[in-house]
Amino acid sequence: MKEETLNIKPMETRGFRQFNLKKKLRISEALIQGLLFFAGILSIFVTVAIVYELGKEALLFFNDPDVTLGKFFGTTKWQPGIGQYGIWALVSATLTTSSIAILIALPLGLASAVYLSEYATQKMRSILKPILEILAGIPTVVYGYFALLFVTPILKTIFKDGIQVYNMLSAGLVMGIMILPLIASMSEDALSAVPRSLREGAYAMGATKLETSLQVVLPAALSGIGAAVIVGISRAVGETMIVAVAAGAGPNFSFNPLDAAETMTGHIARISGGDLSYNTIDYTSLFAIALMLFLVTLVLNLISQWVVNKFREQYE
Amino acid sequence: MNEQNRNYPEGSAFYSELRKRYLTATIWQTLFLSALVIAVVSLTALIYNVLDGAFGYVAFEYKNDPAEFTPTPIHELTKEELLVILKEGLSSGAYNKLDNEQKMEKRSQSELYILFLERLLQIDTKATWSMTDSLTRGDEIRAEVAEKYPDAELEFRSWLTPQFLTTPMSSKAEFAGVRTAVLGSLWLVGIAILFALPVGVGAAVYLQEYAPKNWLTNIIQTNINNLAGVPSIVYGMLGLAVFVRLLETLTSGAAFGVTDSNGRTVLSAGLTMGILVLPLMIINAQEAIKAVPDSLRQAAFGVGATRWQTVWYHVLPNALPGIMTGSILAISRTLGETAPLIVVGASTFISLDPDSPFSKFTALPIQIYQWTTRPQAEFHAIAASAIIVLLVLLLSLNATAILLRNRFQRRW
Repeated sequence: MKEETLNIKPMETRGFRQFNLKKKLRISEALIQGLLFFAGILSIFVTVAIVYELGKEALLFFNDPDVTLGKFFGTTKWQPGIGQYGIWALVSATLTTSSIAILIALPLGLASAVYLSEYATQKMRSILKPILEILAGIPTVVYGYFALLFVTPILKTIFKDGIQVYNMLSAGLVMGIMILPLIASMSEDALSAVPRSLREGAYAMGATKLETSLQVVLPAALSGIGAAVIVGISRAVGETMIVAVAAGAGPNFSFNPLDAAETMTGHIARISGGDLSYNTIDYTSLFAIALMLFLVTLVLNLISQWVVNKFREQYE
Repeated sequence: MNEQNRNYPEGSAFYSELRKRYLTATIWQTLFLSALVIAVVSLTALIYNVLDGAFGYVAFEYKNDPAEFTPTPIHELTKEELLVILKEGLSSGAYNKLDNEQKMEKRSQSELYILFLERLLQIDTKATWSMTDSLTRGDEIRAEVAEKYPDAELEFRSWLTPQFLTTPMSSKAEFAGVRTAVLGSLWLVGIAILFALPVGVGAAVYLQEYAPKNWLTNIIQTNINNLAGVPSIVYGMLGLAVFVRLLETLTSGAAFGVTDSNGRTVLSAGLTMGILVLPLMIINAQEAIKAVPDSLRQAAFGVGATRWQTVWYHVLPNALPGIMTGSILAISRTLGETAPLIVVGASTFISLDPDSPFSKFTALPIQIYQWTTRPQAEFHAIAASAIIVLLVLLLSLNATAILLRNRFQRRW
């Protein structure tokens, strides 16, 4: 350091400028902050737009003098073109396929998660986790191909003539495989978050690994697992391509997995895929179905977030 | 005390009890492992199923006898010979039309050969077999073909060929390709990322660096988490209502002088996809920004940087690998998502490349869906080939993401 710089004169003689330490208004900073705020708030606009647009068209549908809530929820035939508005024809298929999917994905996903988190060695985990990630990353239309051209022929040899070419069982099974990695990875996160001390406590009491896993770790992670299951259900309800390819085309009020039936999502995909003119009952009815889907999945997602926050055990 | 102790086995009873407990433990461990084995088997079955469909024997006939056109065996025809044959065989109108699309002399031998097969010989596929069948029961198949289609030729074919990638859609499975579909998918990815990347990163920066802790921030955060769980087909309905219908003058290009199109353009679909991947983008960018340690920010503030300078010069560069990984995930999602495209109206038969945001379009998953739902087996074969193209694209993208993560990730 040079000598001159250290040669500090007394304050009065060098014309000391008073610093203003108050926050200065910088135009560009404010502008940028405004833009960023807009980007943040945009997601709210998206939600509002979804609710508004779906609600507007759905309202048009329900305002049709022919459509009544009684018919909508009380009958079981769906053919808006000829005055049949029973949503249960579609809901039954959604319920059936989603239930099959969850029946497959819940036990398998949970068992995978327990194995990965409690039993697997580091090396096994490094092989098995990427496989689950690949399964999770496969586009659903590919699962649709798999359901129609692999699983259905196998089912056909088992059930012979008892099963239709398009059937809910095949779609549900494949959907279960699709959801499995989701449930497995969310549950595994929850299980791994349980602190070691709990496990060590159990071992010290003489518990086996299984007893520790099922009676100590699993209950402690239950909120995370519950959330995983709910997210899985929401995914199954909203899944479109597998059911559009493999479950059948045509509303059919049936809970028999061997039957062909069309889910809410499959129906939207099929009808909107054709030439659809605006302002027809077919067009507005799709929005009514989509609004129902949106509300159901929204409620499921909110419940899952609530479950996590409410029942999470804090260990730190 | 003694009363209680009696509940616990002692001596040999204890050991037999212990053996039982260990046995149960082993059984359950096997069950847990078998769940993972089922997952692995499913993945293997899926991949096998796709490969099985994309290769195999094909029995086909020529509607017109090759001998009518040339004495040489058709596999040995040179480019010049093919040109002559095509010129003689096709009507002059048809020839000129092809010539106008692309100069005949400039086309490659294989392109001309395909034209020859398609237009003159008029190949007609009689039956197809899967790879497993072709490999294991070759003799049976040959016998079957000889009996059922005496005029047919049998050939082991890979449906996935270089031509499959470079030819546009066709109504005949033998000549159909994924060129327009791949280009359509790339357009979609471009538009979606152009929208979702800046908006997503902006939103993440706002939420992590600027947002005060209040009810509004809470609502925004909860809302983003919820949007991530909305079924994709609902986004499709939103796109249909807003981009295709409400903003038709903009998305069809009518406001910019494009006249021959309606709102069902690649722009509408790309924006729909952009909104669809936005929550994913925001959540990933938030995670990346969260991982940048506070000391960096404090150091920047300490030397007098403004908030934006801190974000732009210090936080964002350090969060970049995470943001890039998030973008790649968003791209993968855009490539594979099908349902919203069906709703916003992807065309299923397009033979012209999309060349502007206002073009009609098709996309890879749409083609796969279309071909899978056809009853003819040869369409299933090209669906399988298109799936291979899609999966290879996705796998290489994900591999890039993992490489990026490993290469640039910094631990603080």
